[in-house]
Amino acid sequence: MDLFEYQGKQYFARFGIPVSPGDVADDVDTAVAVADRVGYPVVVKAQVQVGGRGKAGGIKLADDTESVRTHASNILGMDIRGHVVRRLWIERASDIEQEYYASFTLDRSAKKHLGMLSAQGGVEIEQVAETSPEAIAKLHIDPAEGLSENAAREWVQRAQLDPRATEGAVDILQKLYRCFVDGDCDLAEINPLILTPQGKVHALDAKVTLDDNAAFRHGEWEEFAGLTVRDPREELAHEKGLQYVGLDGTVGIIANGAGLAMSTCDVVNQVGGQPANFLDIGGGASAQVMANALEVINSDDKVKAIFINIFGGITRGEEVANGIVQALDQVALRAPIVIRLDGTNAEEGRAILAPHLSDRLRSKPTMLEAAREAVALASGGAAQ
Amino acid sequence: MSVFVDQSTKVIVQGLTGSQGKFHGLRNKAYGTQVVGGVTPGKGGQDVEGVPVFDSCEDAVRQTGANASFVAVPPKAAPDAILQAAAAGIPFVVCITEGIPAQDEARVFNVLLRDYPGTRLLGPNCPGIISPGKCNIGITPGEIAEPGGPVGIVSRSGTLTYQALYELKQKGIGVTTCVGIGGDPVPGTSFIDCLQAFEADPDTKAVIMFGEIGGSAEEEAAEFIAKEMSKPVVAYVAGVTAPPGKKMGHAGAIISGSKGTAQAKMDALRAAGVQVGLNPTEAGDLMAEVVKSL
Repeated sequence: MDLFEYQGKQYFARFGIPVSPGDVADDVDTAVAVADRVGYPVVVKAQVQVGGRGKAGGIKLADDTESVRTHASNILGMDIRGHVVRRLWIERASDIEQEYYASFTLDRSAKKHLGMLSAQGGVEIEQVAETSPEAIAKLHIDPAEGLSENAAREWVQRAQLDPRATEGAVDILQKLYRCFVDGDCDLAEINPLILTPQGKVHALDAKVTLDDNAAFRHGEWEEFAGLTVRDPREELAHEKGLQYVGLDGTVGIIANGAGLAMSTCDVVNQVGGQPANFLDIGGGASAQVMANALEVINSDDKVKAIFINIFGGITRGEEVANGIVQALDQVALRAPIVIRLDGTNAEEGRAILAPHLSDRLRSKPTMLEAAREAVALASGGAAQ
Repeated sequence: MSVFVDQSTKVIVQGLTGSQGKFHGLRNKAYGTQVVGGVTPGKGGQDVEGVPVFDSCEDAVRQTGANASFVAVPPKAAPDAILQAAAAGIPFVVCITEGIPAQDEARVFNVLLRDYPGTRLLGPNCPGIISPGKCNIGITPGEIAEPGGPVGIVSRSGTLTYQALYELKQKGIGVTTCVGIGGDPVPGTSFIDCLQAFEADPDTKAVIMFGEIGGSAEEEAAEFIAKEMSKPVVAYVAGVTAPPGKKMGHAGAIISGSKGTAQAKMDALRAAGVQVGLNPTEAGDLMAEVVKSL
């Protein structure tokens, strides 16, 4: 789960990472009240999960109540690359002398934590990595050992931050590491991490991605949920507990297992079609799960054909077939189905489907043949 | 022969008294795997359809001589269960648990490396391992695996692992061992670990490898194949149509920026001399050709 900036800052604050005083506002009057409380000048920042907010006019400096009112009313409701601004974060403006970059993530290749620190912050780190990779000081940290103060200090020196920033940076990096590990983040990033003329170091932005698998031990994450704007199809699938990713094509995909679902999308693509989605119903699909999956696919009016690709492993073929037959009764489908059923008890499954086969429900023995049929149906014809 | 597990492997099931552990553990036993015990703290002395249950891995190892463990417990308990098996000296641990936090996985992987270098972890979030006709640990349906050889299988995704077994079985091609390494960000056993084992196994003459988007494990495998493998390798990579920034079911299957795409992986594998099929069936056909020419 990706956090909004204000949520990231609230999360940082739990771990003692210094952030600017501020608060959220969903309307102009609240924005003014927050600004009056935190003290001028303030920065009015659009809360959207998309880059380029500043360039789009979603971040404005305000010196007084009137300009807060103007900026807040302009930014609220603004469309920033398809994301409508519903919430603002108002914080006390900071004097900035230098801008740094700091982050922790997992290096899957090294199987260690990776810290990145740069004296060239404030811009996209990918750009820095491309144009001057030497400007990023990397540190691999053994997850079994953690980050010691000495290692953090040596790292800060290697990154050549201003000497006045050393103590503050060492402190913040250790706290950010705790936030990353104990806070179960996939990514904890501060860009920019600033040094003020007064020699203070603090986080001016927050980019946090939480590991959904760790939600069971973070009851406090509940307050973060529900604000992310999702594709309506993904919203419905999420409610039904299905693994779904919306795509742009016309062939709806249902498969059991993430790898097989991905592979099914690929095969559809290979034979000249475009998948409308990725949908994994998981193992042991019941009739209800299949009905849910078909309901989600049916909610997508771009879908012209549905390809159900099941490899019965633990899932048994006859259960899948029964599921489909029951689902057909529960959901009025707009598009025809092509099914490929293989693996455990596939024969029994096909026998169950046999009396229901028609132009609206076709069965094919292999993944490739089924994909061809589905693609032909989606483009208005039928393969022979 | 086979790699990692065979008919002499003695398995304990951690979580045998739970629904998953019982279902899959007993299925493994019915397949012919030597399932010698179960472990559930506080339930020592009981049995599950004749399989004795112990309070700890240490007890189970002492009394049964187990040399492999099948971890089938929920995400909260799995990290400790894996480390307990390692502490009991078990050299091979299979964890099928899905949904373990990435921080726990990274920690467990590195604690094993530091404190228990003699223990190999397979998984988590993997279908397990099967040496057909000899030993099946995990959730792979044994009946879709053709015993014998000459092909070794290694795959990241569960159902695609089955698909690989099935493609070969339909062609009458036997499998020495099929290893599902799992789709999580920090798998205990990598493609390279499996390729290395297959390269060393005299009965494995060729290897089929199924990868997917995300991370750089396939690229690293390609490098290993180019340098170290004498045996032919056929590959397939799932996720050509996956959009960047979206998790495709598996926690590890995500394209970040331009990294981790299926195309980059296929290119790296081809450059290493690997024959790459564009779908599982094509990979199976390519392997049939390879087997014919052996």
